[in-house]
Amino acid sequence: MTTVAEVLDALEGVRDPELDQTLVELGFVTDIAVDGAAVAVRLRLPTYFCAPNFAYLMVADARRAVETLGGVEMARIALEDHFTAEEINDAVGRGSGFTEAFPGEAQAGLDDLRALFQRKALTARQARLCDALLAAGCGEVDLVTLRVRELPPGADADRCRQLRRELGLGADPDAPAFVTGDGAPLAAAELPRFLRFARLVARSLEGNAGLCRGLLETRYDLTEPEEVAE
Amino acid sequence: MYESNGRKYFVVDGHVHFWDASPENQANKYGAGFINCFYDYHRNLSPEEYVWPLEKYQKYTEEDLIHDLFEIGYVDKAIFQPTYLKDFYVNGFNTTEANGALVRKHPDKLITNGAFDPRHGEEGLKAFEALVREWGLQGVKLYTAEWYGASKGWKLNEYWSYRYLEKCEELGVKNIHVHKGPTIWPLNRDAFDVHDVDHAASHFPELNFIVEHCGLPRLEDFCWIATQEPNVYGGLAVVMPFIHSRPAYFGQVVGELLYWIGEDRITFASDYAIWQPNWLIEKFVDFQIPEHMQSELGTISDDQKAKILGLNLARLYGLEVPPEMQVKGTEETAIASDPLSVP
Repeated sequence: MTTVAEVLDALEGVRDPELDQTLVELGFVTDIAVDGAAVAVRLRLPTYFCAPNFAYLMVADARRAVETLGGVEMARIALEDHFTAEEINDAVGRGSGFTEAFPGEAQAGLDDLRALFQRKALTARQARLCDALLAAGCGEVDLVTLRVRELPPGADADRCRQLRRELGLGADPDAPAFVTGDGAPLAAAELPRFLRFARLVARSLEGNAGLCRGLLETRYDLTEPEEVAE
Repeated sequence: MYESNGRKYFVVDGHVHFWDASPENQANKYGAGFINCFYDYHRNLSPEEYVWPLEKYQKYTEEDLIHDLFEIGYVDKAIFQPTYLKDFYVNGFNTTEANGALVRKHPDKLITNGAFDPRHGEEGLKAFEALVREWGLQGVKLYTAEWYGASKGWKLNEYWSYRYLEKCEELGVKNIHVHKGPTIWPLNRDAFDVHDVDHAASHFPELNFIVEHCGLPRLEDFCWIATQEPNVYGGLAVVMPFIHSRPAYFGQVVGELLYWIGEDRITFASDYAIWQPNWLIEKFVDFQIPEHMQSELGTISDDQKAKILGLNLARLYGLEVPPEMQVKGTEETAIASDPLSVP
């Protein structure tokens, strides 16, 4: 039988697409219940009015992640305390897409939105990797000749490779270590401007994540980070 | 006016409210949800001694506002940014009329902006013209996430938006304050994206577009468009309070803004009553970008602070500034004025 720990582990792979952090580390997962082959997960967000498109992606991704576990036949994800919780929970429960969750309000699915924020996440992670390399003595011009296999090991490099694969940009060991949003290798001439903008994106994402954590703490009166109930 | 170390700062608070979110005025659960969300921003980012009880926060008095902004407050002029939210509140959240009533009592201290909603079409255009004439409006506050019947929002670069902006040009309503929210039409797009402002700002070079909250949570998109459009400004409402709870982040944002758009296009705002202006002003005048960031982000000078606190908005709204509070030279100073290739 599936355990709560396995479900939690599956949810570790689900991210807030806007912040590029996992639902678990952000404190969005509040409960996991396993009943035979049925799993129920409860989610919460920092505000009642968090954008419905990102909220939908988190609920749908959570369902998909849990249902890939062997032994799980149905995962019911319940987003709570949100102005479109009912629409999202119902649609994801039925296996319906975003346009069906909000008939007349959406023109298309959320693939473009997801890809846009994957590119932002990739840019932000690359900024941190570049800064780590520069701090370790790498010359600026050497950044453009580095290969993927030479990225300093760690979470940022792992996530960069994952994002590049998801975006179809390729992450072979011999591919350029740093690429622009459309996958083109960085040219030496554009490096200073790239770095400046990439750092801005990184700061923006980190700042937003900090605000979201703060609002969640205030909203749910969390004085210190909570552990997920097991 | 705020005085520190013998220097006097002229203070224009570019974003204040006089709202009624009391339970009696809430039309539905969304009205309750909206003010509760505002209250969490207030509680999370204010120093403890400035946190109000929820009841006062839902509906405060004219005396509270005058006291906090002007009596104990350092604000010389404050600008109301109306937010109607008529789908959430019976009489609206804070309307031009509610603000205007206070302006008529305190014309030396308060300015009200108006608002328009392009979804109101031809009829709305006439009503908007009447509103501008009645209140002598110099600016509007546009909230693109406003709900209207089945619609959950709108964009600036649409036919009817341009019709209203043309009307603004015609009537001399020069200052267009844009506030993004969590919903938009179509709902599959990023609601906080400010690229529609880029199009509108190019199309209406005589209008000033003040992007409220500097585009947060899309600071990067805001900086990107603002470097390319000389008539785009960054309003610091919601950015300011980080000076207390997360000063390093505040330093990063201010450093980035100075780099990308420069000291002449950043404007102070408290977003009262979400935050009180006094502690924001005191901390800002004492603020410096943390030392370990200075090699990349530089420092901020007293002249730059004076421009941000009041002189920039005084210029946009034609306000008279006492000569001893002026700063010499207002040339463009952004370092990054050439377009980037978006990574």
